[in-house]
Amino acid sequence: MVSDMWSDRRQPEKVYTVTEITREIKRTLEQGFPSVWVEGEISNYLLHSSGHRYFTMKDESSQIRCTLWRFRGPQLRFEPENGMKVMAWGDVTVYEKNGQYQLDVSELVPAGMGRLEMAFRQLKERLFQEGLFDEEHKKPIPRFPETIGIVTSPTGAAIRDMVRIVHDRFPAVEILVRPTRVQGDGAAEDVAQAIRDLNEYQGIDVMIVGRGGGSLEDLWAFNEEVVARAIYHSQIPVISAVGHEIDFTISDFVADLRAPTPSAAAQMVVEDREDLLEQVRLGMGKLASTLSAITNVSRQRLIAIKESYGFRRPLDIITQRSQKVDEVSRLLMVGSENLLREKRDRLSLFGEKLKALSPSAILKRGYCVARKLPEMMVLTDAQAVKTEDQIELRLYKGRIKSRVELIHPD
Amino acid sequence: MSPRKTGSQKKEKSFEEALDRLEQIVLELEEGELSLEDALGKFEEGIKLSEFCMQKLTQAEGKVKKLIKTAKGEFKTEDFETSEEQ
Repeated sequence: MVSDMWSDRRQPEKVYTVTEITREIKRTLEQGFPSVWVEGEISNYLLHSSGHRYFTMKDESSQIRCTLWRFRGPQLRFEPENGMKVMAWGDVTVYEKNGQYQLDVSELVPAGMGRLEMAFRQLKERLFQEGLFDEEHKKPIPRFPETIGIVTSPTGAAIRDMVRIVHDRFPAVEILVRPTRVQGDGAAEDVAQAIRDLNEYQGIDVMIVGRGGGSLEDLWAFNEEVVARAIYHSQIPVISAVGHEIDFTISDFVADLRAPTPSAAAQMVVEDREDLLEQVRLGMGKLASTLSAITNVSRQRLIAIKESYGFRRPLDIITQRSQKVDEVSRLLMVGSENLLREKRDRLSLFGEKLKALSPSAILKRGYCVARKLPEMMVLTDAQAVKTEDQIELRLYKGRIKSRVELIHPD
Repeated sequence: MSPRKTGSQKKEKSFEEALDRLEQIVLELEEGELSLEDALGKFEEGIKLSEFCMQKLTQAEGKVKKLIKTAKGEFKTEDFETSEEQ
């Protein structure tokens, strides 16, 4: 019985060649396992010069050989390392040459950490090492840009808010929007090209590169190396404004200035006109007050100068001259007085002569003047009076009042 | 190409320079070490600068354009309306 069983089993109904059985196993395995996720730790990692990657994924008790072909390399968001816990998406295959089954990995993501997050960290580290974030490379943001370039989606709140805020704050600024896709396939390349376009176009003083908030995946374009390099090589200062305040992207690190949000970027890029107007008004006020202070100082100095010895000297000369004028005029006065006295003396001589002719001198010789009262008419004719008329006689000394008694007309 | 750039930069600078110069003039006047004649000159310059800045600040709203690259690789600009694009 036993030998029968053995003999049954050993019946050479079908004899496989090695190749045949390997192929059969391969077919069975490959059909039996659709694409699967496998989680484990990387070891024996090898990036071959051919560009293919070979490694083993293992856990506490088992391991499986893995391959990642060169053509999949560019899709890798990070460079695998030994000891890294990863999740691999792939197909179980058999390598016929050595009869080994293995996992043909088409996607590899860090386990435990988000795939994107891992890629972000690695790119950030690499670009940091390369010097793309160096402070010395950062360009100053102009204080008063005349034309602002914006690289973002032409639709959505971000662009609308930015335009509104910029013009609210500083209306005279011109804005040039270079519309781009900001998420999905080709977004990163589009953003990078937009940055290069604005540089090529020229006349832009500063640019804002960004988009509104979204998931890490939505913001991913701004974590792409191509965008980082475009920002790095931009001759125009770049303000990165991606997502919300908590979102940090590679663009933020490379850019000359990071704004927490697009709206914040709009506020940072131009100063507020009201503040500036206030500043100018203040300047004008200070101009006026300092000028009046200065003229006051000058006025004080002028007064001081006026009273200084140096300034008084010419005045001294003037007073001395005027003193001389006084002297001369005094001499003149004396001279004229002498002249006057001479005249007066001559005048008094004539006076003596005139005195001799005065009526009182005649009266002194015994004559008298008769005047009729009350009209005091001097009488030279006796017939001018009647008897009983009153007359006054003026003698050399004194007067006589008398009455006419008799008239003798000659 | 370059004339536009230098032109715009020159204009852009002139506002900044005007404001800087204004500040400097105010400082110089405040230090009070200028001759009266110089002070008057500076004052006049300061007033002109203030007026220039005021004028710049109260200027009409700048344009919003979008940059388009033609198939030939040439640039052209068109008016950009945020509301229309909504």
